[in-house]
Amino acid sequence: MAIHVGSPPLEGTSKARTVALTVNGEGVELRIEPRVSLLDALREHLGLTGTKKGCDQGTCGACTVWSDGRRVLSCLTLAVAGEGHEITTVEGLQDGGELHPMQAAFIAHDAFQCGYCTPGQLMSAVALLEEGRAADDEIAEWMSGNICRCAAYPNIRDAIREVRDAAGGE
Amino acid sequence: MTAVIGREAVRVDGREKVTGSARYSGEIALPGLAYAEIVGALVARGRITSIDTRAAENAGGVAAVLTRRDLPAVNRVPLVPSLMGGPAPGETFFPMQDDEVHYAGQPVAIVVADSLEQARYAASLVEVSYAGAPSVTTIGQGRGDAYEPEKIFGGFMPARSRRGDARDGLASADLGVDATFRFAPNHHNALEPMTTTAVWEDDRLTLYDSCQGIKAVQLTVAALLGMSPSRIRVLTRYVGGAFGSKAMVWPHVTLAALAARHVRRPVRLTVSRAQMFTSYGHREEQEQRVRLGARRDGALTAIRHDKISVTSPFDDWAEPAFCAASQLYAAPAFEGVHRLVRGNTMTPTFTRGPGEAAGVFSLECAMDELAGRLGIDPVELRMRNLSDVDPNTGHPWSSSGFAECLRRGAERFGWDARDPRPGREREGDQLIGTGMAAAAYPVAFFMRTQRARARLYADGTAVVGTAAQEFGTGMTTVLTQVAADALGLGLDDVRLDYGDTDLPTAGSPVGSNGAMMVSAAVHYAAAAVRDRLVALAAGDPASPLHGADPAWITVDGGRMALADDPGAGESYGELMERHLMGDTEALGTWDPPPLDTPYGLLTFGAQFARVAVDADLGTVRVRHMVGAFAPGRVLNPRTARSQLMGGMLWGMSQALLEGTHMDAGLGRWANASLGDYLVPVNADAPEVDVELIEVDDDVTGPLGVKGVGEIGQVGSGAAIANAVHHATGHRVHELPITVEDLLPALEWEAGR
Ligand code: FES
Ligand code: FES
Repeated sequence: MAIHVGSPPLEGTSKARTVALTVNGEGVELRIEPRVSLLDALREHLGLTGTKKGCDQGTCGACTVWSDGRRVLSCLTLAVAGEGHEITTVEGLQDGGELHPMQAAFIAHDAFQCGYCTPGQLMSAVALLEEGRAADDEIAEWMSGNICRCAAYPNIRDAIREVRDAAGGE
Repeated sequence: MTAVIGREAVRVDGREKVTGSARYSGEIALPGLAYAEIVGALVARGRITSIDTRAAENAGGVAAVLTRRDLPAVNRVPLVPSLMGGPAPGETFFPMQDDEVHYAGQPVAIVVADSLEQARYAASLVEVSYAGAPSVTTIGQGRGDAYEPEKIFGGFMPARSRRGDARDGLASADLGVDATFRFAPNHHNALEPMTTTAVWEDDRLTLYDSCQGIKAVQLTVAALLGMSPSRIRVLTRYVGGAFGSKAMVWPHVTLAALAARHVRRPVRLTVSRAQMFTSYGHREEQEQRVRLGARRDGALTAIRHDKISVTSPFDDWAEPAFCAASQLYAAPAFEGVHRLVRGNTMTPTFTRGPGEAAGVFSLECAMDELAGRLGIDPVELRMRNLSDVDPNTGHPWSSSGFAECLRRGAERFGWDARDPRPGREREGDQLIGTGMAAAAYPVAFFMRTQRARARLYADGTAVVGTAAQEFGTGMTTVLTQVAADALGLGLDDVRLDYGDTDLPTAGSPVGSNGAMMVSAAVHYAAAAVRDRLVALAAGDPASPLHGADPAWITVDGGRMALADDPGAGESYGELMERHLMGDTEALGTWDPPPLDTPYGLLTFGAQFARVAVDADLGTVRVRHMVGAFAPGRVLNPRTARSQLMGGMLWGMSQALLEGTHMDAGLGRWANASLGDYLVPVNADAPEVDVELIEVDDDVTGPLGVKGVGEIGQVGSGAAIANAVHHATGHRVHELPITVEDLLPALEWEAGR
């Protein structure tokens, strides 16, 4: 049998343009094509490799960042769409040299193994507290957008509970 | 002495991982970096009739489009497991050498461009035409042509094993069980996609590779390209999970090196998530049949265990299904045979708990059925079949702890309160069940000499170097502890250098052997430094320790002192300054005991699970898991528990979620994404209790470590499947267990 198969071409080439972003409180300008995702802009153009790419398809949560404090998947967000928003990545969690309490709790509870999902988990975990979704029976559901293939899940829950309780609320 | 070994030390690389400063292999900034994208074959079998690269070449930013015409001939290298310490290609086939296609996804072209987006776009423009041929990719399609190979597992293990006469044993039994289990293929899907960055400087190659063994990468690429290993350096600091997928060295690594040589620029090749299903092997589709014979009192008379599975067109690969499964119980007779079907897939590979995860699953589900038939409690049935010796060889165990695992696990789980009758416990719509299974994983001494170097500075700090690796197991943390312990230093005063092939040679941490083999070398290196300085002090008239028996000198916090008179002593630094030593260093080596060491070598454990099955929907939720394990000496309970917990959840996932589905018509994986290949999310993961039972072991190295990487996964799936039976009265013989498997039985039950 003769088969002629060509994969469907992606969208064509496009011209680079200037994109102005605010990342971790700092204004930056990039010359990039409009098709560049926020994730690739951070990793490949700004050298902010803390945000991870696990799937590039919106299925794993490794690329979770905040846009105006709301968690978004940066692999499904175009960099141009980040204009006018405050983007925060894991590199922006620390206060000076001090670890964010959630970062410290992740270390204390061994809430990771390989560490590849960890930046995304942290961005979700901190947002969870802000969203008021950190009751004991809510954490697992509201953290389920972040896959941890090492399966550190019970320890991730412990870390979140500790930070929640230290902050004095659910 | 403040014990550093056995302490719940936090991970030495924790800070880098939580701040995002840890640089994984695809995150090394390099000037002039180009991006490579693989174009994979769209047919499972056939021949490439033409490749049109013009459109791709003309697309913006493209540096090169490589096809087989642009690649040199690559050497043929035999498939040998990386634990052996030599070259270790994942399959003997190397792509882009001719026009034949053997499996879907096989690399047929590589596009290199200035940016990721340009490479990906141009790859979509490469037009490949094929003359396709019918493919075989499943057991169902190839069963008629199944064969018994001479050896499996990279020519490493016989396909058939036996002791006693299983036929006689089964015939003379009072009672038997005959059960067949089917396992869907599994893909590891480590969260970090495979990534290789290749940099050439003249004839020297540097690789940043997301791998499980940098030495294996160095030696494999050297062998394939006919280069000297001394020209290749592999640097890998962080790896985003491996689970066996990165134990062998797959074609994309060498392809990245060839692409970089072609374009004379550093090249980064990242395998996409979809390509992760056709780039590094998988756990093969398999079927296992277990026949047990037993006397009325529960004593096994024979075990017959057969496996059939799919391998590639090139290699006789099967996970060995009955290493642990043949050793767990004292049955006088055992016979097991692996049979293979040649299929148009990659060569399968190690997947967490290789062989044992499925082999012990089958055995332990059959044992549960046997316990029910005999009316003997499942824990008690295992107790009645314990063996003091390795039943295959008659050698004593190097250490066991099996009975203790069964006892302590049952106690922690509350097993005694269980009503053995299935289908008795109900909470509203939920049918509640509990189950258990034994766990075991072999300790194998296949590795070569392991080395490490320890250097102590006069300020009392040390650097220890070894070409070991960290991919989440916590190995670098325990190695730091082992070095600090032997040197008599605090943890903070020791830094471990690793992930660089220029460091002293260490093997690939695979098969749960990492901690055991490398910790031994680190221990000897650090102890050699300490012993040298202690001896120097004892022989130095200016030292307060002059004349003391070195055996009576202990070191704590960098200070040497008499064991029975801690007041008498001095620091390493004081001694070294007097002797004008800026630093001192030593190499430590460890050779594994010979393969025919007269001991049975197995790590034991026991698994318990409680599940809730929805009577109307057939969904299974695991509520609680308990695992008790005897992994020899525990170097760090915190990281050991995490490894074991991760393994137990992998077992849950194997039982309830994971399966790659083959579209047999097309010969392609049908669910190649993390949206369609289900792995557990947080809400799937129950609370997990891990009980660590330390056993002394003098055989497995100076520290008595046996390993924790895989055993967590062994038996946990069986405990869950047995719990599902206990909840519903229905036994599912197919993994993963799905709603479709359970609903008919539940409906029938409800209709009664
Ligand atoms: S990389 Fe964005 S969800 Fe996986
Ligand atoms: S720590 Fe490895 S994926 Fe979560």
